[in-house]
Order: sequence, then structure tokens, then C-alpha cells
Amino acid sequence: MDSVLVATAIGKRFPGVIALSDVDLTLRAGEVHALVGENGAGKSTLIKVLTGVYTPDEGTLHHLGRPVRFGGPAEAQAAGISTVYQEVNLVPMQSVASNLFLGREPRTRFGLLDFRAMNEAATQLLGSYGIRVDVTRPLRTLGMGVQQMVAVARAADTRARVVILDEPTSSLEPREVDTLFGIVERLRADGVAVLYVSHRLDELYRICDQVTVLRDGRVVHSGPMDELPRLRLVATMLGRDLEEVRREGATKFEGEHAAEEAAPVLAATGLTVKHRLDSVEVTVRPGEIVGLGGLLGAGRSETALAIAGALPLDDGEVTVAGRSVRGGSVAAAMRAGVVLLPEDRKADGILPDLSVRENIVLAALPRLSAAGLVSRRRQDSIVETFMQRLRIKAASPDQRVGELSGGNQQKVLLARLLCMQPKVLLLDEPTRGIDVGAKAEVQALVDELAKDGLAVVLISSEFEEVVEGSDAIVVLREGRVVTRLEGADVNEASLLAALAEEH
Amino acid sequence: MSATTTAAAPRQTVGTRAFLRDNGVYLAIAVLVAYNLVFTENFATVANLNTQLVQVAPVLIVALGMALVIGTEGVDLSVGSVMAVAAAILPLYLGYGIIPALGLALLAGALCGALNGTLVALVGIQPIVATLALLVGGRGLALVLADGQLKDIRNPELLDLGSGKLLGLPVIVWIAAVLAALVWLLVRYTTFGRQLVAVGGNRSASALAGLPVRRVLMITYIISGVLAAVAGVVATARLTASDPSAIGTLFELSAITAVVVGGTPLSGGRVRILGTVAGALLMQLITATLIKHDLPDSTAQIVQAAIIVLAVYLQRSRSGGDR
Repeated sequence: MDSVLVATAIGKRFPGVIALSDVDLTLRAGEVHALVGENGAGKSTLIKVLTGVYTPDEGTLHHLGRPVRFGGPAEAQAAGISTVYQEVNLVPMQSVASNLFLGREPRTRFGLLDFRAMNEAATQLLGSYGIRVDVTRPLRTLGMGVQQMVAVARAADTRARVVILDEPTSSLEPREVDTLFGIVERLRADGVAVLYVSHRLDELYRICDQVTVLRDGRVVHSGPMDELPRLRLVATMLGRDLEEVRREGATKFEGEHAAEEAAPVLAATGLTVKHRLDSVEVTVRPGEIVGLGGLLGAGRSETALAIAGALPLDDGEVTVAGRSVRGGSVAAAMRAGVVLLPEDRKADGILPDLSVRENIVLAALPRLSAAGLVSRRRQDSIVETFMQRLRIKAASPDQRVGELSGGNQQKVLLARLLCMQPKVLLLDEPTRGIDVGAKAEVQALVDELAKDGLAVVLISSEFEEVVEGSDAIVVLREGRVVTRLEGADVNEASLLAALAEEH
Repeated sequence: MSATTTAAAPRQTVGTRAFLRDNGVYLAIAVLVAYNLVFTENFATVANLNTQLVQVAPVLIVALGMALVIGTEGVDLSVGSVMAVAAAILPLYLGYGIIPALGLALLAGALCGALNGTLVALVGIQPIVATLALLVGGRGLALVLADGQLKDIRNPELLDLGSGKLLGLPVIVWIAAVLAALVWLLVRYTTFGRQLVAVGGNRSASALAGLPVRRVLMITYIISGVLAAVAGVVATARLTASDPSAIGTLFELSAITAVVVGGTPLSGGRVRILGTVAGALLMQLITATLIKHDLPDSTAQIVQAAIIVLAVYLQRSRSGGDR
């Protein structure tokens, strides 16, 4: 088959990070090519290189056999490469028809916009995909799913030779997914090359011909989709060697510490959030570390957020020590003893301009105050205790948190949670982006806390961390619990199998 | 591409700039005072100082509330109109005595603040738009309440408030000073004050830390409304007339200027009350200095504009750095 877009030995660096290194990718006419990889694997960077947003530092792009260098997204689009991003990038206030024909509107003899022709063409175009909407309505009045379909229809209709779909189904209903796949089939039949980015394995096997797996900015596998078994795909994505999946003891976690008989301190049941979670159940006993397993987008962070009261529930219940917690309120969850270490330390965690002291006492401030007045004395004793216990390295409690290293910032956040004297600790990527030494310290600390009787929920995109750190693993996929691994089943092989399982 | 390794920006490399940003306003005041002591006749007289302080008091009182609102990464454009509402209410109820009249004027300020707070904290409208509504509507309401007329104030207590003295200082100055001290204490030593700064610094982190974000925002706007009402009362007392069409016009801008010149960043997360006081004094001092030297008011405005630009420039690295 004809190669439409060929990337050869692409390399792209950012300050301090090698985002892509020696990446080859060949998109052929009439083929749907899957691009998969976990967080930080380099998918987005590669897409941006293909669409002219980034200029690669190394390597070449060939388009229809000729070497090209796109100076920007407009040039890539002119060359027939259209992209549908995860977040719909259309004009929400404009009508559906205007969006479909944005930049190529039909005109009348007098050079004015020909709305009638545009609306007719739009109705016909969408109708041919089985989408029936009033094309004169503003786009934003339609559901996310329909908006996404309009974006795809637009991309498909711009005489594109290459269509890149970045997580197109993340906001779609199952029925809409079918419609979308209809469009993809038609693109394939029309000889368009499709790059399909998704982490939903079922979809990949349903629609894709070829697959390229990225990890840490490198291609770790490339070949026909049907020759790569699901288990091997998952293992490749996660960087596991199937033949020798074994415990290596690379982390600082020790073995089990759960008291088997104890009643669960955290029982979250039937957690449901539209489009994100579907009847998720997580129970944790005192002293137990329960890992949440799953690939990117499986709903791990959402589960933690929902338990912490930061994501309003459509259905389900969270009980702590037998008492029901009012959903959708972080303060209520905290009062019940549930605290969350958020995934994005910078955006959702630290207050960079405030001092170490103020960051630590932030949540506990009301408890450390009398009649609304803060007590410096009470603060000092708590701050000192935790700075010592967590070995927080700061010049003084008055140093700005923004000036600390990532590991110390993370410890400050842990201290903030621990001074609430929690019963349940939810840790979302506690060791991401911190150096090796601090990582080992944080892992050992989590272990210690569990030994002291805290119930811990652990999310980590590092495989060893989840497997070695957890006493049990709740495996999630697309917002549902696939299985709960207990005891001897908490090993890499079982987790891989659970992740790869068809449903 | 999620492996961000951005290091914390070194702060001390911009030492001079940071110093000017944090202390420039005090420095400027010192320079201007020194200049006036040498070159301006009748500057260091009790009468002149009292005049200057009385003139600056209403702006200063409004600026205190503005500093809190700006600390939450918001802005309150309605303060001038809230002053007018308070001023319009006074003559309507002075017949029942000064206490009910003052109480109702301040209550009106609180309600205006609560309206702003509702729009910002509960409905989620951007502060600049939410408070713009009351900037327009508040003035209209004041004019309706006053029947569009200027009313002379004859209540002796209120007149005393406007021109009386206590321990040698005008009562108005005492009011401003006490309020400044209270707001300073509020920011520094109360749970609410620390939460306000946290909400302004990182709203999402504050919400995830269980802080009552909406309540903090609501109270902040109510405080701003009440302080604006106090300023409206003070201005009316000094003017010895309730003039809802003129009182407080453009005060929102003067207050924002005092706050920004005083070193409080518009990006929130930091409130400098002493700086705000100094900022208001500096602006007054500039106007006074130029007028004393027979330069027109418009010249003062140009100088003030230059100082605002300078203050914002000095803060630039800050707001652009960490977020």
C-alpha cells in the first residue's frame, strides 16, 4: 500500500526532557494505525510533530514521497493532514454548519456567505454519517459526543489524506462510538490514512490494522494489530518483559500488613460519575494498602477524587468506619478522616508563594485556631514535628515552598494531610516527578503509615510501585472494576492479565 | 509529554527588582516627603498634614477592601457605586437618629457585597464582570433612592464625624487608621485571612485541601462592600451633603491603584495592607505636591499613571513566574 506520511528517526527534546528519540512511523493509505502508550510516552509530542505544531530536532518527514518541513499547523493542514484533538477545537458559539465549513464557506455570486447552501450541505454531510441534528444550532448547545462527531466529520471532509484522531471516543456514548467507527471505516475505504490514538484496547483491536507502541519517547513495538496479543500489548506499553515478570524488589515497600480480620475502615460502593465511573467499589481495612490498577484513563484518579469528595457523585456511597460520608464535599470527607494527595502537585497541591509552615497547616488551620485567630505556637509544634518526621529539607519553616525540590514539596503536602490525623490516605502518584532518594523515602513512609494502622489507597503509573506496595489491587478499566487481586494474586503477571482481559 | 522538570525559579537573581517591588512605595514616599520638607512652603504644618490625611481617608478605606478582593485573584469595581448607595441612604433615615441611619447604610454595603459574592462565588461569574453590574446598577439605585437630588446633612453627630477631632487628629483619620489596623490583623492573624490568601494563591489546591472556598470569597466581597459603605458615610460627612451622583466616582480605580502600587499582585495569593496604606498616601502626596507647585491636576494624573505602570512592571516576573 502507498505510504502517505512517513516519519523517520524523529527526535524532539525539551529542556531537561527527551520527549522523542529515534521514532519511526509510517502511515499508509487505507490503513488505520493505532498509536498507544502510557502517560509521558510521547504520543502528544509525536502528533504535534506530524501536524506541524513542533519542528523535530532530528529526523525527517516524508509526505507522499517528498520530504516536508511544516512551518506550522496551517501548512500541515494545507498538505491534507487534519487532526481531531481530545478537546474539541471548534467554535462553540457558531452554528454546526459554520463549524463544518469554517474557512471554506460556500459563497453566493456576490461574494457573501451562502448560508442556505452551507446548511444544506452540512445536513447532508452529517446525515450521511447517520447524525441528525439541526445544523443551524450553535455547536455548544449539543452534547459533547455530537460535538466530537462534528469535529471528526469536519476533519474527514476537508479532502484530508491523513486524519489523526486523538482519543476521539473519550466523551462518546457506546452508540456514538459505533457511528464514529462508521466514519473511520469510510475514511479507510476512501484511501485515507488514519492515526488512531486511544487507550481502549477493545477499540484498537476492533478498528486498527497496524499498531505502534511508544514508551519513554521510543518506539518499543510496531507491526500488524492482530499479530500482537492483548497481554503482550499491555506488557509492552508498561515496559514489562512477559517472559520474566518477576518481583525484583526495586521499591522500598515491604510485605503485607493488613489485619485480615479487621473490618474495612473505608468502604466505597457503587461510585458512579457519568462518563467516568460506573459502580466502582473499593474497600480498605486499617493498615492495608490497596492499589488501584489500570491503564491511562481507566478512572483511577477519578475514583480517588470521588472518595475524597472532590468529584460529585451521581450515585454510590462512601462510608468511613461505618459512617456514611456526604458526597461531593472535600471538607466533609476530611472530617470523616479521608484525605487526598492530588496527582498534579503544582496545579492542585502546593501554594508556591506561601511558606512551608503555611502549606503544612493549610487544611488544619481551623483546628489550630482559637476563635478564628491563628495560634503560631500550636502551628510551630505541629510543623516542627512533621518536618522532622518526614525529613523535609527546608532552610526554615518560613521558606517559600516554590523554592523546594519536588520531593520536599511532596513531603510538605503529605505533612498537610497527616496533620489532619486521617484514617484513610488516598495517594495519587505520590512519587511522580521526584528524585530517586526522595522516592524511596516516600515509599518507606507510606509503608510505615500503613503499619501504624492507616488505610491507604495507592495510585501509581509505575508498575512495581503498585504491585510491590499494595496488599490488594483493584483493577479498573474504562471506569469499571475488572477484578480485585488479593494475597498471592498481587503480582505482575496477574495484574497484566487483568489489564489485558477482553470484556 | 508530562515529565516536567521545571525547577523552582530562582528568586534572588532579581534582587533589586524584588526590593523595589516590595519596598518601592515606602521609598517613594520618603523621597517625596523629603522633597516637600525642603521645597514646599507650609508642608510640615499640622493643618496641611490633617488636610492631606482627611482627603486620602475615603480612598484608603475602600482600598483596604479592594486589597482583600484582589488577594483572592478578584476585583471589585462596584465600590464607588456602593459608596453612593450608602450616601443616599443616610439622609433618608437620619430622622430616626444617627445609629439607625449608619446601621442601614452599612447593611446596604454588606448586601451589595453579598450580591457580588453570590455572583462570583456561587454563580461563578468573573469578578470583573460580576462587579461591573453593580458599578452601573448601584449608582442608578443611589440616584433613585435620593430622587436624584443632593441633600444637605444637618445631623450634628454626623457633621462632628466629618469635621471633629480626637487627640489632635481628625475623626475621619482615626476611622481609617483603626480600619487599616483591623484589616491588617485580619489578614495576618485570623484563619479567614490565611484562607483568603490561600484561595487567591491556588484555588484548586485550596478546594482540595478542604477549605471553604466559596464562603471565603463571599465574606471577602461582603467586607469590601461594608468598607465601601463606611467610605461613603465618611465622604458624606466631610462634604456635609449626600451627593449620590458624584460621591465615589472613579474610586474603584483609585483604590485599585493604591493596592497595586502598594505591592499586592493582581494575580492574587498575597495581600499587603501596609503597602496599600502607603500606596494611597503616595498617590495623595503626588497630587498634593504638584498642586502646591501650581501644576494642574492633570499633571498629577500623568505622574500617577507612570507610577502604576512602574508598579505593574515590577510585579511582572512574579505573576508570570510560578503559574
